Amino acid sequence: MTAGFDAQDQAEIFRGTASGVTSLKDAKSFDGTDTRAIPAFVFGEELADIADRDERVVVLTADLARSNRAGDFAERHPGRFYNLGIAEKNMVTAAAGLASTGLVPFAATFASFSALLCYEQIRTDCAYPKMPVRVVGHHAGMSMGFYGTSHHALEDLGILRTMADLTVVCATDANHLRALLRLSMDRPGAMYIRLGRGRDPEVYPEVPELEIGRAVRLREGADLTIIATGTEVRPSLDAAEALAADGIAARVVDMHTIAPLDREEVVAAARETGAVLTVEEHNVTGGLGTAVAETLLESGAPRVPFRRHGVPDEYVPVGPPAALYAHYRLDAAGIAAVAREVLG
Amino acid sequence: MRLSRIAGAGHYTAAFSAAEMFAALYYAALRYDPSRPDLPGRDRFVLSKGHAAIGLYPLLADVGFFPASDLDTYTRLGSPFGDHPDMKRIPGIDFSSGSLGHGLSVALGMALAGHRAGLPYRTWCMLGDGELHEGQIWEAAMAAGHYRLGRLVALVDRNRLCIDGLTDDIMGVEPIEDRFAAFGWRTRRVDGHDLDALLDAFGALPDEPDGPPTVIVADTVKGRGVRRMEYSADWHVGNLVGQDYDDVVAELAAGLRPVEPAAAGTEGAAR
Repeated sequence: MTAGFDAQDQAEIFRGTASGVTSLKDAKSFDGTDTRAIPAFVFGEELADIADRDERVVVLTADLARSNRAGDFAERHPGRFYNLGIAEKNMVTAAAGLASTGLVPFAATFASFSALLCYEQIRTDCAYPKMPVRVVGHHAGMSMGFYGTSHHALEDLGILRTMADLTVVCATDANHLRALLRLSMDRPGAMYIRLGRGRDPEVYPEVPELEIGRAVRLREGADLTIIATGTEVRPSLDAAEALAADGIAARVVDMHTIAPLDREEVVAAARETGAVLTVEEHNVTGGLGTAVAETLLESGAPRVPFRRHGVPDEYVPVGPPAALYAHYRLDAAGIAAVAREVLG
Repeated sequence: MRLSRIAGAGHYTAAFSAAEMFAALYYAALRYDPSRPDLPGRDRFVLSKGHAAIGLYPLLADVGFFPASDLDTYTRLGSPFGDHPDMKRIPGIDFSSGSLGHGLSVALGMALAGHRAGLPYRTWCMLGDGELHEGQIWEAAMAAGHYRLGRLVALVDRNRLCIDGLTDDIMGVEPIEDRFAAFGWRTRRVDGHDLDALLDAFGALPDEPDGPPTVIVADTVKGRGVRRMEYSADWHVGNLVGQDYDDVVAELAAGLRPVEPAAAGTEGAAR
């Protein structure tokens, strides 16, 4: 895991104090991607800023404060940070207990654990009693690469989308995450906030004005609409650029809220562009694509060419993240190719 | 008894084993104001063994959280009162429960919040003994010991039975005190049907916000007070009708008798 790090890097990793340097997302990250141009993982820093002005914020993690940068929060607000050890179920339920006293707890760990391991705790202790717990699932999808299926979360959107009174959102990049965290403070009930590796290529150069449940149309186009979420928004925009070179005008929509879904934007995509492609770092079953398909079928929108693009219904092979995205055509070139197939 | 008849089914025995504990808590130990169920400084009570709610609802009505007549709707369509308690619908319920293994984590969160805010409330959590099979209980126990939450109190209703039989046949839970002690808890064991012993144990709780949390293991008899139910795994959920109902109501009205020696042929009663 530390191959490729120099001694200085390793020392910083060990201390866990280096800005932007951890074993999972530094400039020499494990998939060989140079991330130096990518914004820092702002999760802990942004929550610390919010906590400066809002007494309700507390942060919990399960022995991953370095990975998710909750440590940045802990440095500034040590009395409002709880590292509950490698005990994720206890963390999520304890967050609900904290929330019952009026606090807004953020409970963060790998999505494979926060969403999959703690599904029932999220439902019974957070969503059902309408506790304002923010369950954060970072390193979602297959962004953990060769760490393998135990550390992937390609099912979280599908299972959490079926839960009543749970808001499900996906962060697109650092500025988008800042916006979501700020908005979350006044959102009633429980939320699931899905992140990639925390350092994801930029889509929003500034903190956007967002509304939960309202998609963002990032690019206009009349030939088809690519509806993407989270980490797949950036490559979808790049795919649209590549398609434009071929004379294909693709609309690109950031569907950052999976539940409640922006149905109007889905219907508009079918009516106005005549073809719809959904793109997500998730099993094609149950997630964004399924939610969009349900909407299209029930809305009375015209039948248009439609495709759910994501990870097929299988466990992904071992590989670095970038190789896996290429393997499943979830990089820009792959998305552009799939879009051409949709248009026939 | 009345609520079970409305529902046509009830968790009789798990409520009877906890009856004296409920009484000692709500008539003596807990600090609360039924006219202000959301008071920030109130003591919290988490009924982690949520299936005993049928024994708690009448007490909450009796101390004034809601009129007793509200319970006429028990389990009927749209009622606030289901078999397991709903904090959003029932004044006096501090947290919803029903899925075993969660309550001590909820109480942990409440106790952490009180500790952080400097509020002197106690957080109480009632656990079933079979519930100790759940791994999450021990995650919470470890954290409570680690954070030294001296105002957290766990009550274990040691009634020795889970649904399929004796806990110690299904999956042994003893030595409960040693196990909690190893996680950094102060421990005490009492007769859970002896009100004086319970009140003494509750009254003796130290007020040390940074001390170890306390577990009180209450030895009880599942189905206590009804001869046909005591030590019986057949009455975890049941329905009494006709003459049987009247007989049991009369038996309860006559007060507690000593536990039948004949019924005591279990490891539980051998103590």
